[in-house]
Parts: sequence; C-alpha cells; structure tokens
Amino acid sequence: MATGNVAVGAPGAGSSAALQTPTSTKRIINDFSIQVATVNGSGSQSANLVLLKSIFGMGIPVSGKNLFPSNIAGLPTWYTIRASKQGYVARRREIELLVAMNAETAREDILSLPPGGAAIYDESQNLKQYRDDVTCYPVPFDKLTAAVCPEAKLRKLVRNMIYVGVVAQLLSMDLTQVEKAVRRQFAKKQKAADLNWGAIKAGYDFAASSLTKQDPLLLEPMHATEGKIIIDGNAAAALGAMFAGVTVVTWYPITPSSSVVESLIDFMKKHRVEPDGKASFAIVQAEDELAAVGMVLGAGWAGARSMTSTSGPGISLMAEFAGLGYFAELPGVIFDIQRVGPSTGMPTRTMQGDLLSIAYLSHGDTKHVMLLPASVNECYQFAMEAFDLTEQLQTPVFVLSDLDIGMNNWMSDPFVYPDKPLKRGKVLSKEDLDRLGGFERYKDVDGDAIPYRTLPGTNHPKAAYFTRGSGHNEKALYTERPDDYQNLMERLARKFETARSMVPAPEIVQTGKSNIGLIAYGSSDFAVRESRDQLIKEYGLETDYMRVRAFPFSSEVHAFVAAHQRVYVIEQNRDGQMLSLLKLDLPAEHVTRLRSIRYFDGLPLDARTVTDKLVLQEEI
Amino acid sequence: MATIVGNPPPAPKTNRLGLQVLDYRGGKTTLCAGCGHNAISERIVDAMYEMGVQPERLMKLSGIGCSSKTPAYFMNRAHSFNSVHGRMPSVATGALMANHTMMGLGVSGDGDTASIGFGQFAHLMRRNLPLIYIIEDNGVYGLTKGQFSATADLGSTLKTGVINDLPPIDTCVMAVELGATFVGRSFSGDKKQLLAMLKAAIAHRGTVMLDVISPCVTFNDHEGSTKSYKYVQEHEEAVNEVGFVPSFEDIAVDYDPGTTTVVEMHDGSHMRLRKLHPDYDPTSRIGAVTALMEAHQQGEVLTGVFYVDTKKPSFTDMLNLVDEPLATLPESRTRPPREVLDQIMQRHQ
Repeated sequence: MATGNVAVGAPGAGSSAALQTPTSTKRIINDFSIQVATVNGSGSQSANLVLLKSIFGMGIPVSGKNLFPSNIAGLPTWYTIRASKQGYVARRREIELLVAMNAETAREDILSLPPGGAAIYDESQNLKQYRDDVTCYPVPFDKLTAAVCPEAKLRKLVRNMIYVGVVAQLLSMDLTQVEKAVRRQFAKKQKAADLNWGAIKAGYDFAASSLTKQDPLLLEPMHATEGKIIIDGNAAAALGAMFAGVTVVTWYPITPSSSVVESLIDFMKKHRVEPDGKASFAIVQAEDELAAVGMVLGAGWAGARSMTSTSGPGISLMAEFAGLGYFAELPGVIFDIQRVGPSTGMPTRTMQGDLLSIAYLSHGDTKHVMLLPASVNECYQFAMEAFDLTEQLQTPVFVLSDLDIGMNNWMSDPFVYPDKPLKRGKVLSKEDLDRLGGFERYKDVDGDAIPYRTLPGTNHPKAAYFTRGSGHNEKALYTERPDDYQNLMERLARKFETARSMVPAPEIVQTGKSNIGLIAYGSSDFAVRESRDQLIKEYGLETDYMRVRAFPFSSEVHAFVAAHQRVYVIEQNRDGQMLSLLKLDLPAEHVTRLRSIRYFDGLPLDARTVTDKLVLQEEI
Repeated sequence: MATIVGNPPPAPKTNRLGLQVLDYRGGKTTLCAGCGHNAISERIVDAMYEMGVQPERLMKLSGIGCSSKTPAYFMNRAHSFNSVHGRMPSVATGALMANHTMMGLGVSGDGDTASIGFGQFAHLMRRNLPLIYIIEDNGVYGLTKGQFSATADLGSTLKTGVINDLPPIDTCVMAVELGATFVGRSFSGDKKQLLAMLKAAIAHRGTVMLDVISPCVTFNDHEGSTKSYKYVQEHEEAVNEVGFVPSFEDIAVDYDPGTTTVVEMHDGSHMRLRKLHPDYDPTSRIGAVTALMEAHQQGEVLTGVFYVDTKKPSFTDMLNLVDEPLATLPESRTRPPREVLDQIMQRHQ
C-alpha cells in the first residue's frame, strides 16, 4: 500500500495471522483479503464488483471496501475484498493477495504485503526484485487485452477484467459464478458483457497455462450467502425513504452523501410516477445546504414528508435552520453521511465525527434526535423510522450514517416490507377544528409535551397560526415574557424526554459472565463484533456489548452502564464524542465507569485495533 | 354578537366570496407610526380582499427584519412562517412544493434580500417559483438602528452624516436577469399603483418580484437620504401606468395599442400598462435592464411594471406534480407496494 499521494496509513503493512501460522504451507480457504491497487478513473470498479459478486455467488461471506482519493482521475485507489468464512465484514489491516495495477504505487504496494503473500502485476513491472518472500505472478496485460479487445479505446477498461480472470483461476473460483456476475454487471449491454467475459476468460486461460500456483489462498463454495443481497448504505437509505413515503427531497451534492439522493431519484422515477406520468414527489438540487434544509423545513411545515442528505460541511451550514426546526417544532429528516472533518477534512475517508455537533446543533439550548444505523439494513429501517419520528415529535431528525456504510457494498438479509402504516403525528383537520372550536399550536394537551399542529390549506378560519423562530407563547403569538419563554423551553426539554422512549432502543448482548461492557454505534459495530471473538479466543475475555442506536438515550443505556464495572466506549473520532454525550446523560456515579477507545485515521475501524487497545487498558 | 335594536345597520360590504375586509386583517402593527411597511400591509389586505382570495389558501412567508414582521399584521386567517434571516426563499420553495395548490406571498426587506439572502433570492428568481416576493425597501437596517443596506444609493447619507460609498444593488435588474417573470417597482406612498400591481401579481403564475420603496421614518427619512418620502416623491418616474381588470369583472375597455400594452394573466385577468415612457416594452428583458440602468444614471426612482412573461412555466409546473398537494397524499400513493420492494431485493441478490 502506498503512502505517497494520498495519506492512507499502511493498511497492508500488518502481519497476516493467516499466513504466519506454523502451518502456513497449508491451504488458506475463504479467510483472506485481496487488494486491487489501481488508478482513480481507470474503470476498475466494475471489475472489482464482478470479483466481489462472484465470491458472494459462491456462497462465501464477503465484503468490499473502496479506498479512493478526492479526485476525478489519476490518483491511486485501492479496493479491498475480504472473504471470511466466519462472516466478519470489518476492515482487516492485512492483505494476502495483491493485484498491483498502478505502476506508481506498485513498489510500495508489494512492500506492504506480509511474507507468504502473493502479487499479481504487469510483467513490465519486475516487482519480484523487491520481495523474495512473496509469490509473484507477472501477467502480460497488454498482450492479453489486445487479443480480446480490438477496439483500442476500450482496452483501458477491459484490461481490468483480465485480472478478474487471473484471480479466479489462482483462487479456484467457480467460473459459472464469475460469468453470472459479469453478465449481471452489464445486464443492459450484451456486447459489453461479452467483451468483458472474453477478457476474464483470457486472464483465466493465461493463468491456467502459464502460472504455477504457489500461494496457499483458495476459495471454496459455501452456503452462507443464500437469499442475501448486496447493497450500499446510501441506496439502502434511499429505499427506506421511498417506502417511508417521502414526497419532498432536496440536496446539494457532497461526497460521500450524493448517492443517497442519486439512488433515490432512480427509485422514485421508476416507482413513484403515477400512470398519468405525474410525480408524487419533488426532488430539487438546491443552491447550497442552507437552502436544502430550508426547503426541507418549509415542506415539513406545510405537511410533506421531506428530507435532505449531506455530510459534515453541510451539517455546519445547516446549524441555523436546525435551531429553527427545534424551536418552531418543524419536521424534516436530515441524513448525514459522515466523512473526515474538521473543515473540508478528507472527503473520501470515513469518521464518526459529527455526533457531538449534531446533538446540539445551533445556538441556544438546542437538542436533536439522532438515529445511528450500523448496517445497510438499518439505513433502510431507520430512514422509515426517522420520518415517523420527525412527524410524531415535530422536530428535525438526523440519521448519521458514514462513508464506510454509505458508499461500500455490504451483504445483508433482504429488507422487510414495512408492516405498520405511516405515523403522521398530531395534525388537526378541519373536522377536528369544527369539533374543538380552535386550537393552541404550542400547548401541551396530552401531557407528552407534543403539541398539535394544522397544515396550511386547512379550510377553517381557526386553522392558521404563526410560525416563528422568535419567542412565542402557547398560542403561537410573539412574546418576550420570561414565563412564556421558560414554559416553552421546559416543554421542549420534556418533549426530548418523551423521545427517549420512542427512538430505537440499543441492541444489547449480555452474557451474564462479564463485568466489562463495550459500547459502540454505527459502523464501529463490524469491528467490535469481531474483536469480541478475538478477545475470547486469544485472551479468554468475555465482554458484554451494547450498540447504541439513537440519541436521546433510552433507559436501557443507563441500565447497561449500571450493570458493568468498566465500560469501554468505542468510536471513530479523536475526542470521544459518544463518550461525552454519555457523560452528560449518565448519573455522576456511573460516569467514572466509562473508558474510551478511539480511532481516527480516516480508514474504517478494524477488530485488531479494538482488541489491542482494550487489552492495553485492561492490562492483560 | 350584539343585539340589534332599531334599524338594522346596512349590510357590510363583502367581496365575491362573501367575506368582509375584516376577514383579511391581521394583528396590530408594532412598527413605527408612518412606516411605509404598514401602508404596504394595507394594500396587501385590499388586493387580497378585492381579488377574492380565500385567506386559508394563502401561505405568508418572511425572513427577518422590520419587513418580515409584517405578515403578523395582515391576513390572520392565513398560515404564516417568519423564518430566518435571508432564507425565506428556501422555506417558501419547500412549502410550495409540499402544497403547490396554495398561493405564496413572501415579504422581505432590502437587508434580508440584497445582503444576507442574496444567494437564495437569486435562486428563487431563477426557479420562477410561483410566489409573490415583496421587498419592503428602505435602504437601511431598522431593527439594528439604521445601518446602510445594499440597496442604499451611492452618496446617500445616514442621519449621523455617514455617506454610503458603495453602489446599490438593483433588485429589479437582478430579478429580470435571473428569470423572474413579473418584475416591478412601486412606492408605499403610491396607493393606486401599488394596489394595481399587487392585484396583477395575484393573477400571475410564476415569481413576481416587487421592490416597494418604503421609507423608514425613523432612520432614513431625512435630507440626504434617497429613500425618504420626499426624495421618492420628487424623483419617482413611472414607465407605465398600471391598470388591472380581474377575470371576474366583465369590463371591456377600449385602448390604443400604441399607448397601452394589455397583458392577459394566468387566471384570465388583464393587466393594462399605459406607456408613460414612449417606447417602453414590458416584454423585453433587455429593455427593462437598460431603462433601469439609465434611471440610476439620472438619479430617478423608476417605477412601474418593468417586465412580464406569462408563458414561462413556473417551478412547480416544471416538477410535473400530481394535482393534489404532496403533503396530504394518502399512503397508498406514497408507499409503493410490497412487490416493488421484492423486485428491488431480487435485483440486488
């Protein structure tokens, strides 16, 4: 792995547990990582997806991560595929098989392989000079490509499929699965499918005839992926939004969030245009994130299910409107696909860095509801949940995904169709107003601190009220009276208490055998699950685990901390943002139980990091 | 209800909906006595009443500032949203997407539009959102006690003697350039012109941008100000005289096509623009911009309807929305059936 143009740390520099076992000459089956090093914009994404989906098609649990630069074309990119018979999908630091397609980084890429690893590269590279402890597979890419692709301008793209064939042969992959994957990849383009399949076969045949298998890596069919899907978190969130009945969508393009709305546009055009050709939705690309969220709140005020999607810099811009949404009690869903901050940060790297700023986004006493999906399935589920919550609570709801979940492909069980009707919250109709004779917009009638609202257009002379971000009383009239203001702020605080029991509860694994608790959220979950197994296997250390799924915290969160002597909060940021939120929320006597494991280099968290840092603090 | 004794009073005047002008009133103004904004609020009430707009069918939106407080002072039976500084255009855009069957009226000020909200203003104009956008333009920030705004003229002075040394932004030039389809300027002191323009605005579909010079009696009505009552009265120069015949009044008036331009509005009403400048063509964007720039050079406050285009589709028309408001579509129309999810899941296997 190179550390030149883009600072990527050294994800491949670790040693490989798989390769370094005393029996390293033995075959390693369905438990290793492949890394493809390419140049951004060279079209390798299709090849990598074919590889990923072929392994998936063989029934082997697999995950793929794209490590790409903030660049259109020319800078190095790495795609890592992890096959794991145990079903682990977190990032691994170790790479066993390298496909070195980028001449600029090839030297560093091969140097980062562990002893016993293997490398596929272009024959012109002579990478063997750098490593005698790595199996080298030089491939005449240009010659093979030219033979199957007469059209010169397509060769750059087709070249990538050659390595798919070479990898397939070296790892004994099931060719029928590879063909199926490539034909699905180019489902609408028969010619392209044939051309690419031809390239794969050429790579396969070359490897079969000219390379001698010397590495221990093999893929063997399993039955662990049957019925499962592969999807990225952003498309999953878009699906959730569509099935939540979203009608107004606004956005401003930003990495890594753009594909939420781009996917949604595709879905909506297919499934939300009525027989007469008219749309049951409006999607607008706004002039900036200020306008995007302003439109969302305007639409929410007028009664629509509205959303926007953004990332950290957009969240910063939305602060002003977030305060208005909280204070004037306006619904709206805001997806934040987190990336590395502060400022522009590293736009194509992942982080759990917006938790604290969103929790209290905007000036004055402001608090926001956050949902924290940890899988593509939860991106889908929580999108639906968010719309119900925002309309029920009449406050903006933020869904915090991140680049790792959002832009990478993940295996999942198929999503389940919602079995409950939409919850549209407390909205009074003309008939309600006839019966009641009027209403007070900001009065707590039901004791849950959630008031009633009416929508513009309600045909009743008492329906209208005045929405404002300035001081207002229960009747929505302007006020600067101390008691009015205090009443309002206290009710808003009570409403946040109501939210505790409405948001998704944490997911808890309690063994009953441990006084150590782990707390994580979002994409840290993948690594923590694997780390818990490592801790048992390598240190005999049982841990309990709570995955927090929302803010404000529900009562289970307090109970979990209360039930453990030491509680490690594991997260992907420098300052321990979840730790801070917990400290503010927990009773003082429990705060001292909290410990912190933080990771923030921009790459997804891996299990080894969690294990090492925990063992260090436990002084094992 | 008072008990009627003796002769019954004459039946109150009502409009075509049977509503009284009272039904269009708002709360008591808290602005300064004599503030131009109050006159504009009154004209809005008159125009809505005379046009017979159902109050419940209107959404009032505003930003922040003296101007943006005014939606509380007219039409209490309409939902209203006093949003954040310079951001009313986005809120209005969202609200009108959620319910494109409603009428939208936005009230902004010169600071709210030409400084903090200039970006959103520009994009609102560009989208041609069906919204009446009124700038209550006094050239100063009133609530913060009289600093210059970006529409203050070069050389205009504050009460303290400070001279404005930056050129003004002409919001009408901007609106014409950026794509608004009905652009005019009026004066809060000109009842007749403002009322006619507002009525025509109600009949238009698309963005109506009305810059209404509205003197600030407290901070910008002195000698040396170019936004004072006196200055505007002395320097106002109308390009046309605006007349309006609503669709529901069947009045045929003879006019001379050489001196009057008649514009058929979206709802079938007619706006009659009698030329005061001999060759003024309100359908020419270039002509409008030229006239406005020339007026600046001559120190004139140009008023009238500068530009109108009744053909360009509005933003919500371009979205090709279903007829009903998106906000209240039933679940059966917003949540695709189970089979759709099944299909999508199969595609991802």
